[in-house]
Amino acid sequence: MLTITLFPFGVGPDPNTLARIAAGTIWVSALLASMLALDRLFRADHDDGSLDLLGLSPLPLELVVLAKCLAHWLTTGLPLVVAAPVLAVLMNMNAEGFATLIGAMLIGTPVLSLIGAIGAALTVSLRRGGVLISLLVLPLYIPVLIFGVGAVDAAVYGLDAQPHLMVLGALLSAAIALCPWASAAALRLSLE
Amino acid sequence: MVIDVSARGLAAETLDCVRGERTVFTGVDFAVAPGSSLVLTGANGSGKSSLLRLLAGLLNPARGRILWDGENVAEDRAAYSARLRYVGHQNVLKPALSVTENLAFWAGLHGDPRTANRVVAAALERLGLGHLAEVPAQLLSAGQRRRLALARIAAAPAPLWLLDEPTVTLDRESVATVEALMADHCAGGGLIVVATHIGLKVPNAAVLTLGEAA
Repeated sequence: MLTITLFPFGVGPDPNTLARIAAGTIWVSALLASMLALDRLFRADHDDGSLDLLGLSPLPLELVVLAKCLAHWLTTGLPLVVAAPVLAVLMNMNAEGFATLIGAMLIGTPVLSLIGAIGAALTVSLRRGGVLISLLVLPLYIPVLIFGVGAVDAAVYGLDAQPHLMVLGALLSAAIALCPWASAAALRLSLE
Repeated sequence: MVIDVSARGLAAETLDCVRGERTVFTGVDFAVAPGSSLVLTGANGSGKSSLLRLLAGLLNPARGRILWDGENVAEDRAAYSARLRYVGHQNVLKPALSVTENLAFWAGLHGDPRTANRVVAAALERLGLGHLAEVPAQLLSAGQRRRLALARIAAAPAPLWLLDEPTVTLDRESVATVEALMADHCAGGGLIVVATHIGLKVPNAAVLTLGEAA
């Protein structure tokens, strides 16, 4: 959110420029916010040995991952969704885009948490995992970025945002199905 | 060593352990019957912790198999995990939570969440932590943290205990408490595999020394 407030200062107060880049900058800051919180996802549990015990408990590790993703989203994605209208005003976004922005972020930010969990799980046993997480996860974030921005821009220009939102929805369904499984597998590898 | 595959309890056949590029040990076999224990000794780095992690299922053996009541544990990992309690080097606790909250989490996970509070209180008393029940875990001393880690196995019973140097940082009185805990466990038909440097009084113990020729 802080980065968004910097943009009007950096880019200049020209309302047209700000409106043009509004959707993009809001989404990019959502990506960054999600990514910066990823390293902490499993690291504490790995470092204090909780991961061993969670792997041995009757709970499927996949469920543990899902719960962690939910917690991650509640602390990174959800606040951004709530702040999105304010940020949009800051960036002089056209009012038609607001509802779509909120909707797209509601669908898209959980995907960021889920995909991020895979990166976090793969790097949890490395000491300086942070940089590697970005490399692993950013390429996978790009589709969410493209369709998220696409949805908002479509709404702003009066086009139909539905197809973009549908794709985001599809990404979410795929992520819920695949990411916990992939993250759990990566976590089990890290236990060895 | 020929393993009787019809025997009850834990058995291991020709286990090899490779971690990274290093072969930690090869050809380990043993059998532990219900009510008895196995003490692991050996120099640092000889693979005691690795063997315990192998038995816990956190590590996969490069060769060989682990048997419970004659059946390969790899075939039903979930059931096997439910039968064991693993206490490793690390004291698993969240610093911000209280002693009771820490224990209640694991007790509720492994057992019935409804009776968790009672079970937790009893376990804390047993390990001499009753007076610290509401204290945030970050304020505990090293010995108290170790006892909290051990309280977990008192709070959530299971037949097989895998203990990695359980009495590190404990004073003599606490060591006696742990020995009593282990004696009760074996008397009830449980099994213990414990790695230790000090002379711990472990009931019905066979000794396995790692780092020598098998």
